[in-house]
Amino acid sequence: MARTLITVPSSVRRGETIVLRVLLQHPMESGFRVGADGQLLPRDIVRRFSCSWNGERVVAVELFPAIAANPYLEFSALALDSGTLVFAWEGDHGFQHREQRAITVT
Amino acid sequence: MTASLKRRDALAAVAGLVLLPPARATPEAMAAAIRGFTGGAPLREGKVQLEVATLVDNGNTVPVTISVAGVPPGEVAAIALFNERNPQSEVVRFDFGPRAAARTVSTRIRLATSQQLVAVARLADGSCWAHRVEVVVTLAACIE
Repeated sequence: MARTLITVPSSVRRGETIVLRVLLQHPMESGFRVGADGQLLPRDIVRRFSCSWNGERVVAVELFPAIAANPYLEFSALALDSGTLVFAWEGDHGFQHREQRAITVT
Repeated sequence: MTASLKRRDALAAVAGLVLLPPARATPEAMAAAIRGFTGGAPLREGKVQLEVATLVDNGNTVPVTISVAGVPPGEVAAIALFNERNPQSEVVRFDFGPRAAARTVSTRIRLATSQQLVAVARLADGSCWAHRVEVVVTLAACIE
């Protein structure tokens, strides 16, 4: 299981903008580096990330090899109702990871 | 004799293959990647702001922030970042959904060398806005 660091405010007021910060532990091997044996290291990156709030999309992100290791993303969402935030990553070699956070809107 | 010549040729060919530098993005490749994102719409300067240190100490992890000002958030459909001289022109692309708020995004990127970065925002009406920043990189990201 990949480790993640997700910053979500525990409670917010309706109509407020909240900033979400997510970090995933992942090497993001670019596929352009040469290993100790002189061979190209095979690419192993996270290609897609998405965040949804009660099933409605906040953002969908496409990542390329130029994203640094342990991909960090920061974006903001509009607080309309309490519910669940779902964060999902998808990458090379069948990599998949999913996290959920509950959020209360008052 | 002929056999050894063939062998020499074969070795030379193999050496040539090995010594070929890896493919690099070029300004033309970047322009093509941007066209792929904009769908051919003309690129205008303004509205979008790319914040990045112009002197980068470590190209392995470079914080960048892209924001769009003077436009209602709901009218920004997508934001993308492109580079000129990494092996690949695309860096990242954000597509916003109905729950997205302010169009300010941050991430950390790799830079192979000193080059130009271009942030492009595509609005709901199809117009595209860009901000170009030249950055100087002292320690390149390990990509070769």
